[in-house]
Amino acid sequence: MKVLAAMSGGVDSAVAAARAVDAGHDVTGVHLALSAQPATLRHGARGCCTVEDAHDARRAADVLGIPFYVWDLAERFRADVIDDFVAEYAAGRTPNPCLRCNEKIKFAAVLDRALALGFDAVVTGHHARLVDGRLLRSVDSAKDQSYVLAVLTSEQLAHAIFPLGDSTKDQVRAEAARRGLAVADKPDSHDICFIADGDTRGFLERTLGAQEGPIVDAVSGETLGSHQGSFGFTVGQRRGLDLRRPAPDGQPRYVLSIQPKTNTVLVGPGELLDARQVRATRPVWTGRPVPGEPIECLVQLRAHGMVSPAVVSPGGTDPSDLVAELRTPQRGVAAGQALVMYDGDTVLGSATITDAA
Amino acid sequence: MPYLDHAATTPMLPEAVSAVGEAMGELGNPSSLHGAGRRARRRVEESREQLAAALGARPSEVLFTAGGTESDNLALKGLYWARRNADARRTRVIASAVEHHAVLDAVEWLAAHEGAQVTWLPVDETALVSPDALRAAIASDPDSVAVVTVMWANNEVGTIQPIGELAAIAHEYGVPIHTDAVQAVGSLPVDFAASGVDALSLTGHKLGGPYGAGALLLRREVDCVPLLHGGGQERDVRSGTLDVPGIVGLATATALAVRRRDEVAPRVAALRDELVDGIRASVPGVQVNGHPSAHLPGIAHLTFPGCEGDSLLMLLDARGVECSTGSACSAGVAQPSHVLIAMGATPTRARGSLRFSLGHTSTRADVDAVLEAIVPAVERAQHAGITSVLAP
Repeated sequence: MKVLAAMSGGVDSAVAAARAVDAGHDVTGVHLALSAQPATLRHGARGCCTVEDAHDARRAADVLGIPFYVWDLAERFRADVIDDFVAEYAAGRTPNPCLRCNEKIKFAAVLDRALALGFDAVVTGHHARLVDGRLLRSVDSAKDQSYVLAVLTSEQLAHAIFPLGDSTKDQVRAEAARRGLAVADKPDSHDICFIADGDTRGFLERTLGAQEGPIVDAVSGETLGSHQGSFGFTVGQRRGLDLRRPAPDGQPRYVLSIQPKTNTVLVGPGELLDARQVRATRPVWTGRPVPGEPIECLVQLRAHGMVSPAVVSPGGTDPSDLVAELRTPQRGVAAGQALVMYDGDTVLGSATITDAA
Repeated sequence: MPYLDHAATTPMLPEAVSAVGEAMGELGNPSSLHGAGRRARRRVEESREQLAAALGARPSEVLFTAGGTESDNLALKGLYWARRNADARRTRVIASAVEHHAVLDAVEWLAAHEGAQVTWLPVDETALVSPDALRAAIASDPDSVAVVTVMWANNEVGTIQPIGELAAIAHEYGVPIHTDAVQAVGSLPVDFAASGVDALSLTGHKLGGPYGAGALLLRREVDCVPLLHGGGQERDVRSGTLDVPGIVGLATATALAVRRRDEVAPRVAALRDELVDGIRASVPGVQVNGHPSAHLPGIAHLTFPGCEGDSLLMLLDARGVECSTGSACSAGVAQPSHVLIAMGATPTRARGSLRFSLGHTSTRADVDAVLEAIVPAVERAQHAGITSVLAP
């Protein structure tokens, strides 16, 4: 096949491209430039869009002997990922920008362009498996990225190749070293690539403008403190509340909910965070047919989160919505995150969490 | 392999390769006083005379540099500082809007760090600078002008500027003028003395010489503050041990390119016209950018409607045809060209463009290869261009 390997400049995508070459594909490497000013977006830290990363990707392509280009997706990334990220926080939800990037950039803008240009598939270094069109967890559970890929439709998965799913990260690094790829010992990327200093709240304050609002005790109704914008909080968050008064019971307080309309953050004891019922919308089913009745499965409610057995029913007033009844309660379920349903290691489908109780 | 990117770099002339190789085997620092030094010095001075003769300059007007970017920076910063030192009112730089980044960024650096005010000269839709615009720009406040810079011929769309006329206007007001002639030397008749310019940049690798070897032609009476300080080589304006093999290669290639220009330029121009005619005949709606007649013989800059230039480049590259989108930054991301934007093009049109540039080794087979590859490439790129615009 004629395939396009998305090369971030990291070790995973370099080895993925190498394996695609070994598999006999006609591989072209592409680095996605996601910032209009690549050098300014992320100094020093590791992301996916520095000039140095583009250089590393180019050198890996040289070693593999494949053509290499840089595609400028800065405008699409700005509109579909960064603006969406900001809007979601402003609406009191907690987005996952990596998931959105897979959904809108790597397997939409890039895939569409690749197909139009005559490629058959896009190869990435994601840690996940594809078996007969179904998405499965990586064998390396610590590095598994099926959660941020579960949003992809069957059509998108049909044009995706994930060569790393059967390997652990250590195996990938060892292979990179064996192949003479200089990125073999490059540190993993983490955090959010477009927030250079890792300070999400600071980024949101700069983007949306600081706006003082109250932090209110959900039990007593008392105002306990103030904040500079409800968008800076995530349900389940404990740190950074800066509350002057301790709770009467001496237990830590957590963010229970965010009310953007009144710019209010409600806090309370941890047990009030326990959710047994999770509602979600816009489901995508790739691992099984759309269920007509309740199904038993495992659900995961955030990246690297615990899985919980649940019964998922097509639900509520809107037939496209889902309701998951959790067998074991989960803490800190945030609207905007994905509800991903698994059968063992196989992704059945995913949907966007709207609320939890 | 059909190579149509001679404006990026052109194959070295075999004579230049031999001259460089031979010089590399010879010992001697041209600044040394012993026999080996004198022999090296002789090579440099013979090269200086050879280069000067080829370009209508006096040998003492030739300053060897490490290439076009250094020559441009030395001329702009050096003339700016010297003129301002002589009269503190002179802080204005007048530059065309279509300069190469080596000039553009040096001018912007002067504005950001040295208090320069910049007057950008607009261009028309063919990238031509109007002499009246230069006159008006100077006349608005002649005493404030430090230096004028306008390129001899544009590297993206190939438009040739009326350099002689512009130089005459600058001199009416006693203002020095620099020209970036990197694309012009070897392709166009370039006579330094006759042109009237005070400083002229050129580089070896655009005319069949080595990379990293260039020159600034600088009139004797023009003051220029050095960028590089050290041993005082090159009239005390450019220090650094002279690169004898590079200088020999540069002079050999320049002399040959100038001598063969009468034969090469018309042949290249005819191939370029065949290429443009062929593409026009097979791709509906294609636009040819630049001046219809006053252009470099080898450059064809075309806009393909509905296409991304970098998609086209990739598709042609896959078919072995090597060309350019005309501009690239260090990360390899194609920004919409400032040249096209200055010519009044929309960013979409600017991004939908390709530059084919032919040179001394170009053949009919290169043109045929492009004509064979271009139609399927444009069809695919149009498909991709539309897809990526409409995708949700």
